[in-house]
Amino acid sequence: MSERQTTRLKIRRGSAEGPARHQVFDFEFEDGQSVLDALRWIRGNRDATLAVRYSCINANACKECVMRIDGRTGYACTTPLKPGVMVLDPLPNKRLIRDLVTDTLPPDERL
Amino acid sequence: MAHYLETEVLIIGAGGAGMYAAIAAAEAGSSVLLLDKSVVGRSGATIMAQMTVAVAIGEEEPDHWRHHLADTIASGRGLVDEPLAKILCQSAPDRIRQMDGWGVGWARSPGSGNHITQAHAPGHDRKRCVYVDFLNTGPASSRTLRNKVRQYDGIRRISDLMVTDLVIRDGRALGAVAMHLESGEGVTITAGATVIATGGLTGLYQRNSASANMGGDGFALALRAGAALIDMEFVQFFPIGHLAPRLIGMDPIMWDPFRYKLGGVLLNGEGEEFTQNYGTVEDGKYVVTRDTATYAIFKEVEAGRGSPHGGAWLSFEHIAEADLRAAFGPVIDRLADNGIDLTKMAIEVSPIAHYHMGGLRVDETLATNVPGLFAAGEAVGGANGANRLSGNAITEAFVFGELAGRSAAVASAAASGPEPVPDIRAAAQAHLNFLSETAGRTGEGNATEGIIELQALMQRDVGPFRTKEGLERALDGIAALAGRLPHMSTDGPLAFNQQRADWFALRNMVEVARAIATAALAREESRGAHQREDFPGLEAAWSRTQVIRRSDDGIALSCSEVRHLAPSELTS
Ligand SMILES: Cc1cc2nc3c(=O)[nH]c(=O)nc-3n(C[C@H](O)[C@H](O)[C@H](O)COP(=O)(O)OP(=O)(O)OC[C@H]3O[C@@H](n4cnc5c(N)ncnc54)[C@H](O)[C@@H]3O)c2cc1C
Ligand code: FES
Repeated sequence: MSERQTTRLKIRRGSAEGPARHQVFDFEFEDGQSVLDALRWIRGNRDATLAVRYSCINANACKECVMRIDGRTGYACTTPLKPGVMVLDPLPNKRLIRDLVTDTLPPDERL
Repeated sequence: MAHYLETEVLIIGAGGAGMYAAIAAAEAGSSVLLLDKSVVGRSGATIMAQMTVAVAIGEEEPDHWRHHLADTIASGRGLVDEPLAKILCQSAPDRIRQMDGWGVGWARSPGSGNHITQAHAPGHDRKRCVYVDFLNTGPASSRTLRNKVRQYDGIRRISDLMVTDLVIRDGRALGAVAMHLESGEGVTITAGATVIATGGLTGLYQRNSASANMGGDGFALALRAGAALIDMEFVQFFPIGHLAPRLIGMDPIMWDPFRYKLGGVLLNGEGEEFTQNYGTVEDGKYVVTRDTATYAIFKEVEAGRGSPHGGAWLSFEHIAEADLRAAFGPVIDRLADNGIDLTKMAIEVSPIAHYHMGGLRVDETLATNVPGLFAAGEAVGGANGANRLSGNAITEAFVFGELAGRSAAVASAAASGPEPVPDIRAAAQAHLNFLSETAGRTGEGNATEGIIELQALMQRDVGPFRTKEGLERALDGIAALAGRLPHMSTDGPLAFNQQRADWFALRNMVEVARAIATAALAREESRGAHQREDFPGLEAAWSRTQVIRRSDDGIALSCSEVRHLAPSELTS
């Protein structure tokens, strides 16, 4: 098994109304694990209310997990974790729903 | 704020089956509401499939649906509902050609008349399986259906809408109540007919190929509405699913064709070949049947000889790079993107939950026993019996989707006549109240953790190999979780509160898990995907279907005869 390393994720929490704040979570990972792996672990083990969109987890098919990762737009499920600090933000050009979730739905698919 | 919507046909779940149903119902003139708890056309199994679709179109070599049916029945080990399987095989060519006409892009053979290419897959008597290159079958199918669905003004699509209960009035399904994830608000939907197209349940297991939306909601919705489920004990485990290292953008069942074509070697944690110790000899060729490989890996792990992540090693290190490349071209590059070089390293594999044969009991129009309620796709039980033939699941999504959509359109027209469908707001109120009561509770634990706990329990005791002791332990564990459910936290903001969505998912998952474990405990034999270590043989007396319904004190199990066709109907 590969060695475990630690990443410190700074995750933007809250809705558009509240003040912007980044919450810090540390996660021990194995080589090849993705940002989404860390986010799912946080939901299951630290804070289930963290809002983050994803469906396919592995397939890179649903394209739902798109967000800003260290200032660049990317998919959480295809971005490998790296040791040190990583900063996660919602997409800046979309309406913020909460935490990392923005309104990425096609306009004619909303309620 | 409470939202209210009306439609003639309501389709719950927008994978291959749901989208096909929407198209067929709209073609039949109905107004359609197509919902998904995540994103329409993106969130279930359909878009994730990378392999093949079984259909007797005879492009590669002469074929007939009756041969496809014979293979399907053989694979299902005595439990195939033959009228349903006949519909599956007989209608498959129409659907596959229709998809071709809509531009799905089935792979073709330019060298020989540009016919659609058909590959041979295990269990089929000839080359029958179509696909879209490269590993693009599911994405291409989803894209094609999404584009088609958009062309109908009569189809309204809504994403992020999770159905939490069906609304039944006077014994008839008249719509549903849903939670709008973005706002957390309740939505009432009146419908003349409703189609459950929510897909499978493999998300109940820790090791699975599922998306995040495959906990089996539809089965629990149906049970609560009074519908019958059949064959719930038959969960198909794929023996050599990918386990480690982390692999993204690839189907976790991808190693099967690799092994099939090139002959990979399975090794235990001590680097020794082991499958030969379980009754089959391997000489570099793929001869271990699916079930034997599952058993062998399971036993090695149990004996403490598993690979580091608790599976087995699969090695292609003895195969030349040129041969790997010749067989799998661009896939080798995708593996390289994941840091995997098959010439230098073995990967870890393990049995993973991949498909579910059981589901809603339906007739030949795909109607359930609840008037107004239909099912389509993986949510349907019976067509694949105790074990599914590879490639039949996408076919099932297309064929049953189309048929259910048509049937629902007819039922909706008949139900309403010249009158609009009745307003169900009064009947829906109790469900809406329940929705609002489950917001904002600060309690003990939460359903997100609960789901992880349930997945571990199901993997350990209701997995590919089962015992009385394990199943009873599982049922106790499930009951304990169900008991804790009303006290779990659902607090936090209402907007996109996945903790609360998980609560509704777990509420369904415990019911479905109980149905599986109950049926598995009662079936004291081994058959197809249901293997009992304490009852290793197939018993002729068990060539029966188990039916599950909700009862006053939980669920009630009964047996019924499998529906067979007369020999003449099997061939014409
Ligand atoms: C990784 C993978 C690979 C596969 N490969 C193949 C293959 O090569 N060949 C083959 O034949 N089969 C394959 N299968 C199986 C096949 O893909 C599925 O059986 C089939 O696609 C199911 O289609 P469906 O429309 O019934 O369900 P899905 O495509 O799973 O769609 C169900 C939809 O319902 C939605 N939903 C669920 N609950 C609710 C709710 N409460 N409210 C609203 N919406 C809800 C989900 O979000 C989802 O979008 C594969 C499966 C997987 C997971
Ligand atoms: S989770 Fe589906 S693409 Fe990232």
